[in-house]
Amino acid sequence: MLDIPLPVLLGQVTIGLVNGCFYAMLSLGLAVIFGLLNVINFSHGAVYMLGAFAAYLGSRWLGINYWIALFIVPVVVGAFGMLVERLLLRRLTGLDHLYSLLLTFGLALVLEGIFLDIYGSAGQSYNGPPQLDGLVDLGFMRLPLYRVWVVAVSLAVCVGIWLLIERTSLGAYLRAGTENARLVQALGINVPLMITLTYGLGVGLAALAGVLAAPIYQVQPLMGSNLLIIAFAVVVIGGLGSTLGAILTGLGLGIIEGLSKVFYPEISSTTVFIIMALVLLVRPAGLFGREA
Amino acid sequence: MTTSLALSTPISAATEMGPTAAAAAQRRQILALQDVHAWYGESHILHGMTLSVAEGEVVSLLGRNGGGRTTTLRAIMGLVDRRKGSIRIAGAEVIALPPHRIARLGVGYCPEERGIFASLTCEENLRLPPSQAGGGMSVDEIYALLPNLAERRKTQGTRLSGGEQQMLAIARVLRTGSRLLLLDEISEGLAPVIVDRLLELITRLKSLNYTILLVEQNTHFVEDLADRHFVVERGQVVLHVTAAELASSAELLERYIGV
Ligand SMILES: Nc1ncnc2c1ncn2[C@@H]1O[C@H](COP(=O)(O)OP(=O)(O)OP(=O)(O)O)[C@@H](O)[C@H]1O
Ligand SMILES: [Mg+2]
Repeated sequence: MLDIPLPVLLGQVTIGLVNGCFYAMLSLGLAVIFGLLNVINFSHGAVYMLGAFAAYLGSRWLGINYWIALFIVPVVVGAFGMLVERLLLRRLTGLDHLYSLLLTFGLALVLEGIFLDIYGSAGQSYNGPPQLDGLVDLGFMRLPLYRVWVVAVSLAVCVGIWLLIERTSLGAYLRAGTENARLVQALGINVPLMITLTYGLGVGLAALAGVLAAPIYQVQPLMGSNLLIIAFAVVVIGGLGSTLGAILTGLGLGIIEGLSKVFYPEISSTTVFIIMALVLLVRPAGLFGREA
Repeated sequence: MTTSLALSTPISAATEMGPTAAAAAQRRQILALQDVHAWYGESHILHGMTLSVAEGEVVSLLGRNGGGRTTTLRAIMGLVDRRKGSIRIAGAEVIALPPHRIARLGVGYCPEERGIFASLTCEENLRLPPSQAGGGMSVDEIYALLPNLAERRKTQGTRLSGGEQQMLAIARVLRTGSRLLLLDEISEGLAPVIVDRLLELITRLKSLNYTILLVEQNTHFVEDLADRHFVVERGQVVLHVTAAELASSAELLERYIGV
């Protein structure tokens, strides 16, 4: 174990951190949506894919460049999410979790099916912005500048959303609504609107992750489904409904996963689930969850 | 106590009239329930509740456990699964409105479980409900009135003592400018000194012409406070007693609510 050179180790940590950023952004959206809506959003991976495809198709058909896509795609896909909430999810409020889970799962299958039908399972490549071509020399490794950008943007977005939730009055609505939405509404807050916006925010965040991912990973219809499973594990490990838990666990797991590639590559893809099992044994409510 | 509690009245201007039952008859009805039925899922809980509260009146809902008093308040707020009949607030029919629209008509609701949020500090709890047109007490006025809350403004809401949480739940709706208060068992489970302070607070609100519907188990708490009393049983009003009749109907009342 000690014969592993430090640069290799740090290299895997860095790569893990990039993956962790995607885990964090997806899990944060899942956690916020679950907190307020009580919906286990199985279409989250599909909207991430939708974000990546929107960037790809926008560039191919409309010549929309990366920088514009970065702003427009989350808004458009987020608006699509709000439509889904208003037209479909809302009708299931008050019913068992299982109904909304099945609805969002079905929605994911439909979205992925449509793209599979048109584009097949082969990946499309999407070029990142030329401004971010090139490598950054970190001393122990040379990292593509684009990945540094991804880490910076994701961290800024996660911290921004965390501050929004923890420090603003809008965030206080969300925290209170997560505890008791009916009472918050009886205190005069338009909770149905808040639910729509929150769902839109979570979906928009997944779409943003999709745009960020498009130049790194291949743009393909099933790109979200593997990631989604990990994101769910992150939410569970972090503690259901804990935003800070989702962010820190996402980043941490990315790094641990990276490290496990160095020490024991065979289990690197299962690391997350082993950790989940261990955490649940010790702290059933998750690392940052409130014990009931 | 501060003297700056002369509040604006979103529902209507304050009347000069003393809040006696006779005067109440001529005053504007702020809350009127007519044959209200309410359900939780399939359980039919309210069976034709009819009652009204005039501006500036304090009215109590008495009765044994499970009679439907909490459900009456929840039905007014739109927090039951289904409701039928007529509920008018300052004349406007609200039976089809969602809870937030009802609250914005100037209705302040303090639930039986107090509803202080654990993930919010004391002050965040206080500032949570949006102010209505006209506004109510400022946060400073509330802190002057309830200095305990000022000391604990940064404390997690649910770490406050039971009495402080109850004060906070009331203060929270006073801040919005609500002039109709629906208070559910606010004296329940609190020490006698705290109950006295609550009594003082409600008496003060009454003198400021707030309209208050008070659910109580503790007849003692309401006997000097309320202008009228309704006894609720099996989801209906079974007895109506004015403050003046209270002494003479003590025995009757005892039969309805005695344990
Ligand atoms: N969420 C609910 N679902 C089904 N039934 C309920 C629910 N809440 C209350 N009930 C039933 O409705 C009836 C009236 O309850 P309510 O809480 O209104 O009584 P109450 O007069 O406030 O009494 P108390 O608060 O002293 O127990 C009771 O029989 C109760 O079991
Ligand atoms: Mg009750």
